Amino acid sequence: MTRVVHPRTFGSDLNMTAFIQYTVQGLAAGGFYALAALGLAIIFGALGVVNFAHGSAYMLGAVLSAVLLTTLNVHFWAALVIVPLLMFAFGILIERLLVRWLLRLDVLYNFLLTFGLSLVLVDVVKNLYGVSGLPYEQPAGLQGLIHVGGVTLPKYQLFVFVFSVLVCVIVWVLLTRTRAGMIVRAATEDPDRARALGINVSRWITPVFGFGIAVAALSGVLAAPFRAITATMGTNFVIILFAIVVIGGLGSILGAVVAGFLVGLVEAYGQAYAGTFAQIAIFILMVIVILVRPAGLFGRRDAA
Amino acid sequence: MTNPTLPTAVPSDLSLDPVAARGRLVRRLVLLGIGVLAALVLPLVIYPPVASDILAWALFALSVDLLLGFTGLLSFGHAAFWGGSAYVTGIIAIRLGVPFPVAILGGMIFAMAIAVPIGYLSVRRSGIYFAMVTLAFAQMIYFVANQWLDVTGGENGLQGVPVSFFGISAVETDSFTFYYAALVLIVIGMVAGWRIVHSPFGRVLTAIRDNSARARALGYDVERYKLIAFVLSAGLAGLAGGVFTISHGFVSLQEVDWPTSGKVVLMTVIGGIGTLWGGAIGAAVIVLLEDQLSSSGFEGTGIITGAIFIIVVLLFRRGIWGTAQNGFDRIRRALAVRAQRKRNGDSAVATRIDDGS
Repeated sequence: MTRVVHPRTFGSDLNMTAFIQYTVQGLAAGGFYALAALGLAIIFGALGVVNFAHGSAYMLGAVLSAVLLTTLNVHFWAALVIVPLLMFAFGILIERLLVRWLLRLDVLYNFLLTFGLSLVLVDVVKNLYGVSGLPYEQPAGLQGLIHVGGVTLPKYQLFVFVFSVLVCVIVWVLLTRTRAGMIVRAATEDPDRARALGINVSRWITPVFGFGIAVAALSGVLAAPFRAITATMGTNFVIILFAIVVIGGLGSILGAVVAGFLVGLVEAYGQAYAGTFAQIAIFILMVIVILVRPAGLFGRRDAA
Repeated sequence: MTNPTLPTAVPSDLSLDPVAARGRLVRRLVLLGIGVLAALVLPLVIYPPVASDILAWALFALSVDLLLGFTGLLSFGHAAFWGGSAYVTGIIAIRLGVPFPVAILGGMIFAMAIAVPIGYLSVRRSGIYFAMVTLAFAQMIYFVANQWLDVTGGENGLQGVPVSFFGISAVETDSFTFYYAALVLIVIGMVAGWRIVHSPFGRVLTAIRDNSARARALGYDVERYKLIAFVLSAGLAGLAGGVFTISHGFVSLQEVDWPTSGKVVLMTVIGGIGTLWGGAIGAAVIVLLEDQLSSSGFEGTGIITGAIFIIVVLLFRRGIWGTAQNGFDRIRRALAVRAQRKRNGDSAVATRIDDGS
């Protein structure tokens, strides 16, 4: 395509290209956030637990895929399936051994319990694999750049965005269109009535916890080729997840996903245009939401 | 939102019986004596800078308990006030060279000042939301401290915070003597905390904790009370953070980071939520443990503290002080029942033993 570039419009064209690149970068980061926040929201909905160890599940997802690659040569595409399955089992174990005993008590106790758990997990990984990042290269076929309508974009970022949207849609369909999803939603909305209808609520709760952990781990696998894989990669992440669910409304799954992408975009634009104070932009967004809609964008007022 | 399952330390026997009241007084005086004695001999038993650490963390834990145990709010962002005050105290001490209590006062005022907007936004949410929102705000303070290199030194922190104390060199150079100067400040903070809890204002806070809807129905402005409690708590945390800074002579970024918020909650829970003094025991346990672990070269402190956290939350939710108090009450009741039985000549005793657990 040959075009005469006028000196004056050249600048704005460049700005536009950069803007699109930042947008894609934000949507990729938003994909990590949306998936993990989705898991957090599902766990909160079904168990009433705010899982502090969610960041650790994300971290373990990334660390496991790196370790599986170097030891057993399990490549990225296999890790996308295997790691969430392993973490599903891990989540079930955690629910059965620890979380379950505090479900009848105040929510704060499980918050503290999972906080303690995350301290343990982070330091175990630190002791096993050190503090420097583990290596992981982008999977073949997703390396390099792609040209879309005159804009050059990293393939992997586009993949992350599309894949995470896909997973969110699949989870949405599972929850709204299948019998299992219906039962989980019933158990979430009104556990007592679900019990009265003959549903064994506590039997459904355990896999839901495992599922939430698995989704967070999936987000970690996606992040592995993209972010530095360290023991502490989940700690700041989980705090941003909390900001996301406050923005989206804690009880709302849709809110978690939308706010996840929103925060990803805010972060990317912040990094591009506000420099060092980028991360603060997320919290400013949270403040605005608290002031204007205290229950969150998609939260119900009574859920506050 | 009420927190029906948070253990409370409000004595179940608020009887006006003079004998019981005298018993309580004796018990309190004995405990006070033990506490004062322990605080006085501490730097003789352990390395004085570590003893000063315990003091600072003890007041910090008390400030958290003021919110968690007596207002029903779990702040997971108290590092903002401890660390915020640490920076301001350090900056004042370095740039102005004023006596350290003045620098600490400046840090305290700063902590209370940032607590006003943070608290205003956070108290709109209760329960778990409050914990998440305070954590997020504290992280915001962390980012500012990390990026604002000219003022905070970023990752390097603030080095060379002087100890200036009216030219009294014993306090300025000797960590043993400094401990006692710090003790005075910490005790002032603790007495303030005790006064807050046992004032009419503190009673309203307890009412809000137990049933905020009823407190509201009785005409109390629940949000305003929570906000005031939050700011007061931040002030105490700031006092503790200031003492910590002067004692160490530097401020690191770690003071505003989220593990600090978690650590102080851990101390409060280990000591016993709603016991006010339990936090001091929790602080002593954790500070000594971490000191031992780091001097033995063990890398995974988080594994130990995290595991303690999990065990305490699962099995000892009353904490050390709460469990001791509970045990003491049981023994006392058992003795009372026995005395009753003797008096009644072993006639059928239908006294219900309510151990409150």
